[in-house]
Amino acid sequence: MSSPSSAPVRGTPHPRLSGSGRALIAVYAVLALAATGRSFVQIVSKFDEAPLAYTLSALSAVVYIVATIALVKRARVWHTIAWVTISFELAGVLVIGTLSLVEAAWFPHDTVWSVFGRGYLFIPLVLPVLGMIWLRSQSRAKESE
Amino acid sequence: MILGFTIAQVAVAGLGALLCLVLGLVGRVPNDLTMGAVALVEVLLVAQLVTALVAPAVGNTAEGSLLEYYTYLISALLVPPAAAFWALVDRSRWATVILGAGCLTVAIMVYRMQQIWGA
Repeated sequence: MSSPSSAPVRGTPHPRLSGSGRALIAVYAVLALAATGRSFVQIVSKFDEAPLAYTLSALSAVVYIVATIALVKRARVWHTIAWVTISFELAGVLVIGTLSLVEAAWFPHDTVWSVFGRGYLFIPLVLPVLGMIWLRSQSRAKESE
Repeated sequence: MILGFTIAQVAVAGLGALLCLVLGLVGRVPNDLTMGAVALVEVLLVAQLVTALVAPAVGNTAEGSLLEYYTYLISALLVPPAAAFWALVDRSRWATVILGAGCLTVAIMVYRMQQIWGA
């Protein structure tokens, strides 16, 4: 849960950060925690069984952590990082989700993205889309300043 | 794990979640009551950690994966402080909602921990 520690402490809280924006960050933080915990357990206890699936789990966990931080940070470079990580997540859940259905034999062990994130209530599928909508509304708000 | 303690803990976390979510949604910023509820949830998690460390010595051993159990427990222990930190930085009604979401997360994780312990 690295998001709150990286929130801007100097002075003003986000004046334009809406309730939905805050909710998005919180859900990202929880998903990052869940993905990290799960991939930790998988790698420590049974990495040999499915190195590909579990490496992917760890990678997705790291990406969720970075995306959470990027959503909290205000600087422009973090905005770009948020776009990159969230696009990566969407690509990941679409590609791995499709492959896990079409070529089930490649993914005998679940990853966070298997079957479009079924193990996580499909949150991994919905969240990047909401994240992109939110990022776009942020850029528009900036332009109109 | 002790089933009765788990039930009490899930109930406290669930009530804390309800309290914070309702107060947040009606527009209250974090106050002593909501922060206190989150603190209580954290104290119970620490008690759960102590219980888990002692339990095997008195014959209450886990049937499921201890690694998985402790990953849940350590992760759960991080949630209330993170939510409380958020509430200190961002003093808005949404921070109260986040406190509630944190309590709810803990309630679900403790429920899952009982499943793992008894599996």
